[in-house]
Formats: sequence, structure tokens, C-alpha cells
Amino acid sequence: MNEPQRSLKILVRNFNFYYGKFHALKDINLEIGENKITAVIGPSGCGKTTLLRSFNRMHDLYPGNRYEGEIILYPDGINIIGRDVDPILVRMRIGMVFQKPNPFPKSIFENVAYGLRLKGIKSKSELEGRVEEALRSAALWEEVRDRLKENAYSLSGGQQQRLCIARAIAPQPEVLLFDEPTSALDPISTAKIEDLVVQLKEKLTIVIVTHNMQQAARISDYTAFMYMGELVEFGPTERMFTKPSNKLTEDYITGRFG
Amino acid sequence: MNGKNSIPELIVSQTLGFFAVFVGLLFPLATLTILIYESIPALEKSGILHFLTGRVWDPVSEVFGALPAIVGTLLVTLISSMIALPVSVGIAVFISELCPERFKPFFSTAVELLGAIPSIIYGMWGLFVIAPLMADHVEPFLQNTFGKLPLIGVLFEGAPTGIDALTSGFVLSIMIIPFMSAIVKDAFEMTPPLLKEAGYGLGATKWEVVRNVVIPFALPGIIGGVILSVGRALGETMAVAFLTGNVHAIPKSLLEPLTTITVAIANEFTEADSDIYLSSLFLLALILFLMSFGLLMTAKFLILERIGKRWTPRGI
Repeated sequence: MNEPQRSLKILVRNFNFYYGKFHALKDINLEIGENKITAVIGPSGCGKTTLLRSFNRMHDLYPGNRYEGEIILYPDGINIIGRDVDPILVRMRIGMVFQKPNPFPKSIFENVAYGLRLKGIKSKSELEGRVEEALRSAALWEEVRDRLKENAYSLSGGQQQRLCIARAIAPQPEVLLFDEPTSALDPISTAKIEDLVVQLKEKLTIVIVTHNMQQAARISDYTAFMYMGELVEFGPTERMFTKPSNKLTEDYITGRFG
Repeated sequence: MNGKNSIPELIVSQTLGFFAVFVGLLFPLATLTILIYESIPALEKSGILHFLTGRVWDPVSEVFGALPAIVGTLLVTLISSMIALPVSVGIAVFISELCPERFKPFFSTAVELLGAIPSIIYGMWGLFVIAPLMADHVEPFLQNTFGKLPLIGVLFEGAPTGIDALTSGFVLSIMIIPFMSAIVKDAFEMTPPLLKEAGYGLGATKWEVVRNVVIPFALPGIIGGVILSVGRALGETMAVAFLTGNVHAIPKSLLEPLTTITVAIANEFTEADSDIYLSSLFLLALILFLMSFGLLMTAKFLILERIGKRWTPRGI
């Protein structure tokens, strides 16, 4: 909000979200820069995952949820939460990696190919090429190249999560949402995923929700701090962690609560 | 042992538990013993191979061949399962995925109520309502359409009387649909929401998620449900006694009357005037017992275990 970003990918304007009568997100205003990593931090229940799941209309899957305001996706400037916008098209442009690895009960290859098949790609050679490319980008290719036909559940937890990243990037989305992607993983797998996230920003825009402040500090360019459904402070990560302007932010990042 | 359990309490509970298990095991074993014992005269007279492959069932000349009844049982069960499977999967998809949350209890209960109707009532309804309907409308229509096709045309030959394999299978399918759809629905609802969201997150439609995520995940449950329902159908063939025609002949088409093991037993038990006749009916019962038992064991040890191992997700 303070420094205008050169290239804007998502603009959140006066955004409110309700679970039934519960007002979960209050007047959120946020700018997400293209090819940047934006981290959303805050204590449990502050609404960070709720915000993330608004970007790909995940809340549409459950009854009683309501959006208000605007989430504009550039370059074309459509309002993601507009009634006339098809959530399926939004989700094809904005991919998601979840809190726990959730591969499909299919082979490794079919997991990665699934998003491509949904896009209507049928050619075997194109599928093979793009699956390999996605697995390479997810730093998983060397480990699975000889076992693409094996069930995805035969992989370790960390490998499964990288498979889920490969699955999400295969259809070449413009934005990738990460919902605490390392919370179920050991430190070594976590480090691999973090490296991967940093590499991926060359190709796409990343929004990552994390409860781990060190993780936000290590990998993100911008950080948003949320508390009780409100966006308390937003700015370049370095400044947020060295000279936060809000007392709440300071208390949180110095570990005084949360 | 924790301190709260006193020794007498432990003895009582262990004894009761042991007794319950003992009774549970005793009944099927006792039944099996009686069936085998009573079947011995028929086995000695006909020989197991002749009994199983014999096509003639003529109590007057004491010739007993069970093949028509066995084939009839399998055929009616097969027809009913083929009708019930897609309908049950459809019901399960609707209730677990498509139906708005507040109508779910209504539709679930409606389907469960189908299962609460005593099966003989289905049999009567089949005879008085479905059989004439089949004879006057459905079967002539099938003869005029599928009956004209090569290869499968022969399945629809014969006079459309409504008392035949097709009607029996159809009515039986309605009896097993509540059962099958309840199991399939439970299997669907076991699918972790996180897995469905993975599909939606990639831009899949509701139908694509059902087809590519929910059904593959629920497959072991679906197969289990089908096998349990087939087991039930095997036994419930009794209720279609009115609809089979009770003719001991292997039907050449779906529109010919037939008999099943259960129907033969029920119809002929009181008429069995010779020891060998009675014993032959016991042997039929033994065969049915082994068929059901074999089916359940196959389900338990082979299919469910193998698929269960292959598709068990980690960490979800």
C-alpha cells in the first residue's frame, strides 16, 4: 500500500467475507505484485487462509458463504468474485497447493497430467512433455522418472507435496496459492519446498499463507500481517521484520503473542 | 488390567463375550452340518457332478439336475445387479454430491424406506403391476428394438408374458437398490474434502470431481457394496417367486420363465413326497449356502484387501 508496485497482479479492494453471519474478513485492501512472493502471516483464526481461499473461489464449494467488494485479477482486470465470473475459469488461472499433501489416488503421471487433461489436452506427446517439465520445475523429476506409473501414495510426504506442486504448475497458472504448504512436513522437506517456491516466482505470482514467521522472512518479498479478520499491516518483508510501523505487528513478530 | 476391573466382573464379561462368539460361530456351522447331513441321500443317488450339471428336474421319475436352478439364480442376480449398479451409483452421486444440503435427509430417508418394505410386497407388486406392464409395453418394445439387432437379438425372443427372467431381475433390483446405494453413498462420503478440493482447485467441474476423484477413491467401497448386494440378491430371489414361473429349464432368452434355487425350495418343499426329493432340495440349499458364503469370502479376502492396500492414502 505504501510503495506502488511496478506490476500489479491482484488488487484486493474493500473486501469482506462472511461465513453465514460471521464476518470473517473486514475491509481488506491489498496489492499483490506480479512475480513476487507475498506472505500472509498472523495467529490462528485471523482469516489468512480464508483470504487465500477467496482468491480461487474455494468458498463457493460450501453453502452460506458470501463475498463483498472486489478482487481484481490483472492483466485483464476481471473481478474474481464477480457473480458473472465462472469460478472454474478462475481456478484454471489461479492454482493452489494445500496444507497437507493431497495427491489423487492415481499414478504419479496421471496426478500431474490431470490439470492438463481438464484443459482438453489429449496428445500423448504433449502430455508427456508437460508432465516432465512440471516435475522438473517441482524438483521431483530425478526421483520419480522411472516410476511414473506407480501410485502417488507410494511417495514420501515431502515428495507427495512436491508432486502436488507439480500438479498445480503443470497447467501453467498465472498465480499459485500456498496454504501452509510445509506445516505437515519435516525440516528437510520444508527446506526443499521453500527453495522451490523461490524458484517458481520467475514464472508466476505466489501468495503463501504461513504460520511460520521465519519462513515468511526467508522467502517472501512482501508480507501481510492479519489479526482478527483485519489486515493490520502490509509492506516489503524486510521492512516488516525490521521496522514494523504497527505495535501489533511488532508484538507478533517478536513472539509476544500468537 | 486397570484397578477398576474386579476379578468377578472380568470373568463375567469374558464369559459373555466368549458365549456370544460361540453362538455366532455355532449357527452357521450347525446349519451347514444339517444341510450336509440331509443332502447325503441325494448326493449318493445323483452324484455331485450329475446333480450340478443335470438339466432335468423330474421328481416323478426321481431325476434331479440342478443346473437350471443354478443358472436361473445366477441370471436373475446378474440382471438385478446390472440394473441396480448404475442406479445406485446415480443415487449415491446425487445424495452425496449434487443434492443441496438441506434436502439430503429427505432423499436419504426416501431411499432407505424402499429397503423397509417387506420383500414379499415387492413380489406381489411385481406380479400385479410390473408383470402386465412388462408384457404389454416394455417387452414388445424391446423386441422391436433390441430384438432386431444381431447377436443380442436372441435375448429378446419368445412370447412377452411378463413372467420371466427380465421382470424377476428388475423387481429384484429394486429390492437391492436401497442396500447398494446406502453402501456406495457411505463410500462416497468417506472421500476426504481435501482430495475433492484438489480437483476443484485445478478447475474441475462438479461432475469431473465425481468421476475422477470421488468414484476412484470410493472404488473399494463400491465393489464391496456390489458384492454384499449380490449376496443379498442371491437370497432374496425368494421374493420373486411369483415372477419366475418356476420352470426348471435354462431360459434361452430373457423373456422365458425360469426358476431359482430359493424359488424351487419354497415351492416344492411341501410337495416333496419322497425322501430323495426332499434330500435333493436340501442339496440345492447347500449349494446356495456355499455360493453366498464363497461370494462373501471372495469379497473379504481377495478384492477388498487387495484394493484397500493399493488405494490407501497416507496423511489425509
